[in-house]
Amino acid sequence: MAEPIVKVEHITFAYSEENAKHPVLNDVSLEIEEGTFVAVLGHNGCGKSTLAKHMNAVLLPAGGKVYVTGMDTADENSWLDIHRTVGMVFQNPDNQIVANVVEEDIAFAPENLGVPSAEIRQRVDYALEVVGMSKYATHAPHLLSGGQKQRVAIAGVIAMRPRCIVMDEPTAMLDPVGREEVLKTILRLNREEHTTVVLITHHMDEASLADRLVVMDHGQVVADGIPREVFQQVEMLKSIGLTVPDTVGLLYELRKVGIDVPLDALSVEECADAICKALNR
Amino acid sequence: MLKDITLGQFFPGHSFIHKLDPRTKLICVVLYIVALFNAVGLLTYGLMFLVLTLCVSISKVGVKALVRGMKPVIVILVFTGLLNLFYTTGGTVLVSLGILTITTEGVKHAFFMIIRILMLISGTFLLTYTTSPIALTDGLELLLNPLKKVKVPVHDLAMMMSIALRFIPTLIEETDKIMSAQKARGADFENGSLLEKAKAMVPLLVPLFVSAFRRADELATAMECRCYHGGEGRTRLKKLSFHTGDIIALIFFVALTVAVIVLGRFFAL
Repeated sequence: MAEPIVKVEHITFAYSEENAKHPVLNDVSLEIEEGTFVAVLGHNGCGKSTLAKHMNAVLLPAGGKVYVTGMDTADENSWLDIHRTVGMVFQNPDNQIVANVVEEDIAFAPENLGVPSAEIRQRVDYALEVVGMSKYATHAPHLLSGGQKQRVAIAGVIAMRPRCIVMDEPTAMLDPVGREEVLKTILRLNREEHTTVVLITHHMDEASLADRLVVMDHGQVVADGIPREVFQQVEMLKSIGLTVPDTVGLLYELRKVGIDVPLDALSVEECADAICKALNR
Repeated sequence: MLKDITLGQFFPGHSFIHKLDPRTKLICVVLYIVALFNAVGLLTYGLMFLVLTLCVSISKVGVKALVRGMKPVIVILVFTGLLNLFYTTGGTVLVSLGILTITTEGVKHAFFMIIRILMLISGTFLLTYTTSPIALTDGLELLLNPLKKVKVPVHDLAMMMSIALRFIPTLIEETDKIMSAQKARGADFENGSLLEKAKAMVPLLVPLFVSAFRRADELATAMECRCYHGGEGRTRLKKLSFHTGDIIALIFFVALTVAVIVLGRFFAL
């Protein structure tokens, strides 16, 4: 089997000495396979953002090790290569955009890597195309909408040509339209461009789009599997303050009153089919 | 009210001046200023004025935009004008009011001083009106590159400048938001004495600074994640390059400066 792109081994982390008794991350292990779309789900303060920041050496673990394509993140000399392999998109697009012209901003990462001008041009055009912002190449970022800004931020990471992109709640500050745009971009990035995506989120519907779902609570991984399986653990999810998708919630309630329906329906159609079948029986 | 800050305002365009390399424009402005300070009489000032008019008309920026930019400096203009008018001695006395005397020399000085300041401001405005802030910082960085040898952090300074420019609109927006939030809770920014108004700024500035520092921290992390590691080995999307137009402009301004200095020495009209 191929080497995982990110390998997290028994890491622990606390933001300060006093809090060492209640670590943000407590013995977390995780492997991210190349080409997959992994969602990390959890309530506020469960350590999911902290975990994300460990994946490209923004934070270093207090205990345990993180390897990015075999490189130890604790090794200062490989940081540049790690940043180049694992790109990161943050919550607030305003605080990630460096330049005051869209294309100049997207060019920032390749410029830092010393890519020749002609190739930077190609990469910028390609990245704009992937996020669907080609029309706005020469616009000023502060005049764009939230969703557009976040797509520019994603394009800025794409232009770096990372093998994996970690997104730390990229939709948290966006309106529903902006969220939709960003999610479409993420899916396209994974399905068509085959980039590994790690999406940190607290939205169920976003998490259900992924190939694999990791649920975190109190600094630990409490569930890990394909979304439709994970969502069947309704009681466990509720106990850690998460809700399940509406479809699963409905089926769960129906089961409680004695109607025999399966729990693994994520789309509305699947859910309707399952209920019809159960009623016809 | 906060929207009309015209710091380094840029009017996009496609004129000959817009297309010049920012380095050329910077050098030309410096030459223009040198020439302006060497102008001494009607002849040389006339020549300078001719050049300025020529540049303004080529740039298609419009006199209106230039005049609008002059408003904030009116106070300085009046002040310098009056100082020169009353405190220059020599020539025949025109009016004498107690300690204040106006001489022909004084009128001449005041007139030329005001003209000089106006032309100085017009020239520099023309630079910022026709050059995007990014191009300007790029040009400055490249021009100051030789200073790297004496350990001046030229790249870092240019990067700071362009980030500052990038965040002006963001922080203005933020200021507006905080102002509305504080107003909603009864803060009063408009009424009261100067001191009270200054005090009212505290609940505005404190959150603004806190958030600016938070932004700076996040931006630094984001920049690091995009492989920023200083100016070393950095390439650019748009390489600056000199064209024939740049050479013509440079020769023209060198000639102008020499001409003004020479004319000023020998034909002081």
